[in-house]
Amino acid sequence: MAVYCNISEDAQQKYEHFTKEKPNPEMSIEYKVGHKDFVNSGKASSEIKLMLKRLGVNPEILRKVAVASYEAEINVTAHSLGGDIICDIYLDCVHIKFIDNGPGIKNLEKALEPGWSTADDLVREMGFGAGLGLPNIKKNADVMHIESAENQSTILQIIVFY
Amino acid sequence: MKLREIVELLDGVLLTDAEHLDREITCAFGSDLISDILMCTKEATLLLTGLTNPQVIRLSDMIDLLGIIFVRGKKPADDLIEMANARDLPLITTKFTLYKSAGILYNSGLRSCKI
Ligand SMILES: Nc1ncnc2c1ncn2[C@@H]1O[C@H](COP(=O)(O)OP(=O)(O)OP(=O)(O)O)[C@@H](O)[C@H]1O
Ligand SMILES: [Mg+2]
Repeated sequence: MAVYCNISEDAQQKYEHFTKEKPNPEMSIEYKVGHKDFVNSGKASSEIKLMLKRLGVNPEILRKVAVASYEAEINVTAHSLGGDIICDIYLDCVHIKFIDNGPGIKNLEKALEPGWSTADDLVREMGFGAGLGLPNIKKNADVMHIESAENQSTILQIIVFY
Repeated sequence: MKLREIVELLDGVLLTDAEHLDREITCAFGSDLISDILMCTKEATLLLTGLTNPQVIRLSDMIDLLGIIFVRGKKPADDLIEMANARDLPLITTKFTLYKSAGILYNSGLRSCKI
């Protein structure tokens, strides 16, 4: 099992506070993500963005959440057998968890490198497979945590502070 | 420049609501890779692309797109045009390639979006 954690310097203190306090989410929503369902994939991320927008989160943060969440949602559709998204909204941050049904990532270090992709022809035809999704998540999320191994589910978590 | 002018320059066809022609377009970006588009658009931009699947419309939920130009004569299905109208997102199709379309717009003064 491999783990990767990326905490931006800005977010370090907020994250420590968050993990210490363990607040209850104001709102918690679950979504299903279908295997190779390129018609519906992305809907959860756009709904999450819309919800945060209604709560008054600023546009720059909205874009970061949307981009990170969308890349993760598409990865579940494109590379896994499908899975679930759990979105917990707190007063000062959003925590989104993507849990899929495998088959997992054999080499996590490689997967995180820009340009590395195992996308099949169908996925590439849809405009994916640049190998920039995980780097894009890393760039936009304040905290990113990914856990995976071969023949196991992948669990990706992101936190963005407002 | 107005979208109307862009349609004329590209000898294109507007597929969505006619009022979209009056939209002001400030900059553009061209790509067929979704992650590339997500990574490179920090400001509201016009997108030139050959992709015509639902994800290209879904993209506009995540980032600010001023409109989409489908190049090489590509035309999205009717349900995508509906999706775009519901989002107030202009769609245009042109027979020109991505390279030619971008060249024409650039030479006419439409700048590249900040990346
Ligand atoms: N949920 C997942 N399950 C299994 N493999 C995954 C998962 N997410 C990512 N991967 C693996 O990691 C690689 C890199 O992912 P990344 O999102 O960076 O690029 P990509 O999806 O291939 O292309 P892009 O995101 O640019 O369209 C994928 O090609 C795939 O092999
Ligand atoms: Mg990806």
